Amino acid sequence: MKRQEMLVAALQNGTVIDHIPSAKLFKVINVLHLEKMKTAVTVGFNLKSKKMGHKSIIKIADKFFTDEELNQLSVITPNVTLAIIRDYEVVEKKEVKMPEELYDIVKCANPKCITNNEPMRTHFHVLDKETGILQCHYCNKEVKVNEVKLV
Amino acid sequence: MVTIANHSKEKLLYLIKMAEEFEKHPNRKILEGKVVATLFFEPSTRTRLSFETAANRLGARVIGFADPKVTSGTKGETLKDTIMMVSNYADIIVMRHYLEGAACYASEVAPIPIVNAGDGANQHPSQTMLDLYSIYKTQGTLENLNIYMVGDLKYGRTVHSLLTAMRHFNTTFHFIAPDELAMPEYYKMYCDTNGIRYIEHKDFDANTIADADILYMTRVQRERFTDLMEYERVKDAYLLKKNMLTHAKPNMKILHPLPRVNEIEYSIDDTPFAYYFQQAHNGLFTREALICDCLGITLEDVINDKTIIL
Repeated sequence: MKRQEMLVAALQNGTVIDHIPSAKLFKVINVLHLEKMKTAVTVGFNLKSKKMGHKSIIKIADKFFTDEELNQLSVITPNVTLAIIRDYEVVEKKEVKMPEELYDIVKCANPKCITNNEPMRTHFHVLDKETGILQCHYCNKEVKVNEVKLV
Repeated sequence: MVTIANHSKEKLLYLIKMAEEFEKHPNRKILEGKVVATLFFEPSTRTRLSFETAANRLGARVIGFADPKVTSGTKGETLKDTIMMVSNYADIIVMRHYLEGAACYASEVAPIPIVNAGDGANQHPSQTMLDLYSIYKTQGTLENLNIYMVGDLKYGRTVHSLLTAMRHFNTTFHFIAPDELAMPEYYKMYCDTNGIRYIEHKDFDANTIADADILYMTRVQRERFTDLMEYERVKDAYLLKKNMLTHAKPNMKILHPLPRVNEIEYSIDDTPFAYYFQQAHNGLFTREALICDCLGITLEDVINDKTIIL
C-alpha cells in the first residue's frame, strides 16, 4: 500500500482490532475500557473496506489483552480480527470466542432482577455457545445473545 | 443457602436427616449466644414466623424487620449497605425480598451466611425443603413416587423448585392445569434433559388422580387472568372435592403451600389424605436444619447435642 493511502499509522508493539462494524466501535471502546489507557490508542472510524464497505479499526500501543478481556467482545462483535504486533510484525492472530462467564456486558431483561435495581455489575453464564443462550447469575432468567441489551 | 437447585441428592437427604433430628427434639439451646436477623423487604408473615420460631426454639435471639416501610431502603439505601450494616450485628441473615436474585447478591457481599426466604418469583428454598421433608415423612421415601401437580403450574415457583429438587428420585410427574397456567416449556425441556417422566392432563377427576402418591395443590390467582370470566371457569374446574378421593391410594397425601383460597373443599380437612397443616408444621424442623447447616453445625453435632430441652 502506498504511503499516501495509509489511513492509520503502523504499530510497533500492541494489539490491532480490525473489521469492527462502525456502529459497534464505541461499544468496543467501552467494553475494553480504552478511555483509561495511558498508551497511544489510534481509532479509525468509517474507513473504506473491501470486505465490509465501511469498517472501524482500533490500534492500541503496548497493550496485550488477556483472552478473557478479548472474549468479552463476543457479545458485541463476534467477527472482528485480532492481531498481536511485535516490532511491526503480526506475531499472532486471534479469534473472539464466547467465554463461559460475562461480567458487566449484558443488561438483564427482567425489570424485577436485582441487577436492574442496585448499583452492581451484571453477571451472565453462557449456557449454550452454539445457540447463544445466556442466563442471569442472579435471577436465573435466560436470554438470547442476539436479543440482549448492553449495560 | 440461596437456592437448592444445585444441591446434590446426598445433601438433600442429609438436610432431611437433620430435620428428622429436630422433629424428635425441636427445643434446644444449640444456638445460644447467636443472633439471627430476619430481614423482610417484602411482608410474609407465615414464612417469617416460621423462621423466627425455629431460631427461638434453638435458643438464638432474633432481630430484624417485618415490613420494609420501616427500613432505610425507603430512604434510598442500597441492599448492599443494609446487608453490610446488619452483618455487623448478627451471625446469620434470613431475608425475603421482592427482587429476584437479591439473596444471591446479598450472599456475595455479606461476610455472614444468608438464608433465602424467597426472592420474588425466583427461589424459595425453605419451602422446597419442607415439601421434600413432608413427602419423605408421609411416604417413607422420595424414590419412585407419582406426584400430581394441580392448578397454577405456570407462575407457581413452589412447583418449579419441587420439580427441580425431585430430579434425583425417579419421580413420575403429572401436570394438571388449564392452558393459561400450563407448565412452561422450559420446565418440560428440563424434564426431558434430566430423564424425568411427565404426563399432562386437562381433566381433574377421581380417575385422573387415582394413582397419586402426592397431590400437590396450588392456588389459582385471580390476578393471573386478563379475562375474569375465564378465571371463574378455571377456578371451579381445579377445585379438589371430597368425592374425587374415592379411588385414591391409601398412602396418598394432599399438600398445599398455603394460603388456600378455594382449591380444596373444607370437608377434606378431616380426611386422612389432608396433610397441608402438618406440612406447614414441618417447616419449623426444616428451617431449624437450614439455619444450623448455614452456621456450620453438622448432623453429627445435632445428633450429639447436649443442649436438648426435654
